[in-house]
Amino acid sequence: MRVRKLNELKIKSDPASRKEVSSVVIRFAGDSGDGIQITGSRFTDTTALAGNDLATFPDFPAEIRAPIGTTFGVSAFQINFGSRRIETAGDDPDVLVALNPAALMVNLARLKPGGMIIVDSGTFTDRNLKKAGYLENPLEDTSLEAYTVLDINITKLVLESVKEFGLSQKEGLRCKNFWVLGLVYWIYGRDRSDTVDWLRRKFAKRPDIADANIAALNAGHIYGEASEVGGLTQLYAIPAATMPHGLYRTVTGGEALAWGLVAGAELANLKIFFGSYPITPASPVLHALAKMKQFGVKTFQAEDEIAAICSAIGASYAGSLGITSSSGPGIALKGEAIGLAISTELPLIIVNSQRAGPSTGLPTKTEQSDLYQAVYGRNGDAPLVVLATHGPSDCFEVAIEACRLATKYMTPVMLLTDGYIGNAAEPWLIPNVADREAFPVTFETTAEGFQPYNRDPDTLARHWAVPGTPGLEHRIGGIEKEDGSGNISYEPANHQRMTDLRRDKILNIANDIPEQTVENGKTSGKLAIVGWGSTYGPISRAVDNKLAEGKEVSHIHLRHIWPLPKNLGELLRGFDKVIVPEMNDGQLKTVLRDQYLIDAQPLTKVTGQPFKISEIERAIDAALEN
Amino acid sequence: MNVAVTKDKLKPADFASDQEVRWCPGCGDYAILKAVQRTLPDLETPKENYVFVSGIGCSSRFPYYMSTYGFHTIHGRAPAFATGIKIANPELDVWMVTGDGDGFSIGGNHMLHVLRRNVNLQILLCNNEIYGLTKGQYSPTSEVGLRTPSSPDGSVDTPLKPLVFTLGAGARFAARAYDTQKTLPEILKRAHEHKGTSLVEILQNCIVYNDAVFDNVLARDVAAEKQLHVEHGKPMIFGAEKNKGIRLNMQSLTLETVTIGENGVTEEDILVHDETNRSLATLIADMDGRDLPVAFGVIYCNPAATYEDGITQKLEAAEANGKPSLDALLRQGHTWEA
Repeated sequence: MRVRKLNELKIKSDPASRKEVSSVVIRFAGDSGDGIQITGSRFTDTTALAGNDLATFPDFPAEIRAPIGTTFGVSAFQINFGSRRIETAGDDPDVLVALNPAALMVNLARLKPGGMIIVDSGTFTDRNLKKAGYLENPLEDTSLEAYTVLDINITKLVLESVKEFGLSQKEGLRCKNFWVLGLVYWIYGRDRSDTVDWLRRKFAKRPDIADANIAALNAGHIYGEASEVGGLTQLYAIPAATMPHGLYRTVTGGEALAWGLVAGAELANLKIFFGSYPITPASPVLHALAKMKQFGVKTFQAEDEIAAICSAIGASYAGSLGITSSSGPGIALKGEAIGLAISTELPLIIVNSQRAGPSTGLPTKTEQSDLYQAVYGRNGDAPLVVLATHGPSDCFEVAIEACRLATKYMTPVMLLTDGYIGNAAEPWLIPNVADREAFPVTFETTAEGFQPYNRDPDTLARHWAVPGTPGLEHRIGGIEKEDGSGNISYEPANHQRMTDLRRDKILNIANDIPEQTVENGKTSGKLAIVGWGSTYGPISRAVDNKLAEGKEVSHIHLRHIWPLPKNLGELLRGFDKVIVPEMNDGQLKTVLRDQYLIDAQPLTKVTGQPFKISEIERAIDAALEN
Repeated sequence: MNVAVTKDKLKPADFASDQEVRWCPGCGDYAILKAVQRTLPDLETPKENYVFVSGIGCSSRFPYYMSTYGFHTIHGRAPAFATGIKIANPELDVWMVTGDGDGFSIGGNHMLHVLRRNVNLQILLCNNEIYGLTKGQYSPTSEVGLRTPSSPDGSVDTPLKPLVFTLGAGARFAARAYDTQKTLPEILKRAHEHKGTSLVEILQNCIVYNDAVFDNVLARDVAAEKQLHVEHGKPMIFGAEKNKGIRLNMQSLTLETVTIGENGVTEEDILVHDETNRSLATLIADMDGRDLPVAFGVIYCNPAATYEDGITQKLEAAEANGKPSLDALLRQGHTWEA
């Protein structure tokens, strides 16, 4: 056997030589073709199985295979894991794995002073150095003196380790990511067996490739075990985190969102129709739902963004739960159809996986700059419900809430997530859908007195009568309708009445959503940090740190963006200062100022990178000093 | 078991809604509406299963005048709505009404894709070669040189031929009629009978902005010489004397008009219509009333699997192992206890 048995792969426990730490941030970086994202996701699964809490940040270019060795082709995956609660993917890495000079060039500035660098010196050729923009080889001068550098010719070692499998040089080098993963597993005392299992499943039809990758993984590990790695003076252990009791798995935002939609549709007793057009970073939701046909999910890859939403509205009209999904540029194209869904008062969920804009912007970089678009971005007075998810597992809950509100109030719901949330993974205490309170839809079937715009007096939702129901034949459309009959009406007073009704129906939802709570800190005081979406992690950690220092600061995080929770104005007025950190130019800040006439102050960042905890901490300190 | 209930046969008037029809007096759409209302009582579909879907434009007001389910949507997008409706509930009998601007200008992309997917629905294309509702601008089917408010010196756009487009997109059914054609209900029935996307181009007169635009083909004095009514298996013969026919020129692979009894031409030389032959259908769909007559009737009908059947089959295959539990799915793969 070339491969050792799995039980021999368990880490040899050697606690005496391992230093216990509470958390570590590792950033894997390399060329787009180096398999960095796979390396990251394997490390994530293994770390989750070891019982650590974690958060990840896949950070990759829009180009599928940018020219090899260039800085714009660098792909990275950052993971923060530990024995304590982990809220973010970490400000600055403790360890940087750089599989080529460009990866070092792009990522070095992020590394903590004194941090560890693992480099593949085999790639530090004159040609690659030049492509990365180095005038001198940084491994040979003093530029890396401030760091611990593990300078290993991984290129050479990986080719040796897979020599017996008869792969081409190109195929052999593709195993490099697993070699370095094996070494990192050794440094942090991680078990390789889950990764071996994964490789066997992944390459079930190419056992030679599986064997070669496993050999590379083991070779990297053995290299760490056996040799005196220059510079590797310390091994680490990260004990399991204390987590609420229960069964866990890792989940990405894309997966949790898809599963939440299926759960929400089941609770509404409806079938999902998902009309979508591929767009970064929204496509993972389409991919996840396309694999869920066994739940009766119908997915339709439409010819464009407009057809995607129109087909979903058609499906809702026919009695399904119509859902569409896109990112900002696609949502812009859907605008007219969203207006029709508002006018015809049909349930619809529109998922916006936000990315940096305007226009094509930065497709793979995260941003929260579509809040205005969600709340205001249509012709006419066109209100709808806007929800925002704050993290991967939260996507599940927000998706269910979107299904509940869309069907109960016969309205489009815009669900805001972002590229960071969609791709990031975290441990998830698996919920029990069977225990959730259902909200089954009742279609109108009574012909007597039926009119398409008859409304429920409490929710103001119109009755949902689907084609195929005898005696309820009716016509709807985008021309203003007479309340009740739904007939075309150009009456001035009727348009006023319908506009008021559409507004009141949405505002009334504030009575059916939880009052705004405070995540951390007191419910009034000197300073509130008000966030929404994926800023949750850094705000949460920063406020926690400052509270520990005795500072008077609170964290408020909004899930319901429109309508806003009915107590929010009063809650915010209880604070001397309000700061709104956002990955945009200050959009929620404007809404809060408009709604409550409060002096909400912006803290904005649009670099395509999440907030650092330290950036929010500095803002808290500055606000409390003045 | 449901017990079959025999209902009195519905009448055309049963398909008229209570809404006052707001087309201009003399508009060709009136005749099309009446033809549809005459057609539906003869079909097997329960009334509650009909859905009329439209976009924006004069003809797209159609659903409001039918007493069936109807959805007046947004400009050009009716094919996408119709596709969603049909996938969500394949039992529904979906009819889409569109115009030359709605269907082939703003909605051209959706038209292409609904045709190639072969969603089982009927598309009534009311082609009046003009924008009516926006007050008379040239449309994608207008002739070169047409003077309109947006082309005061004459349009320079080459017109699109809807049926050639339809066949090029891979549609399995294409027919042509004109608004006042007495046999329009028969053509609509053929369209309905065909499982898949059935497009019927209906030459429709706009009395206000493009009156008599089809007179070169439809006027009584030229009709016999300018119209070829095709029937499957029958030779393509036309003319007041029934002595003109369509022949394939083998050198140029084009069609030509010949006269039986002249230059040695006999009926044997005349092409026989084969509605399952796409190449032939494309040639006769292209005939434009200049050197060759305009073809009416079912030009192409060659059924293939429908889109929604394909989706249903995939779903049934996935559901074959019984309904799974979402809770079980969430617990698949790597999990751990804390």
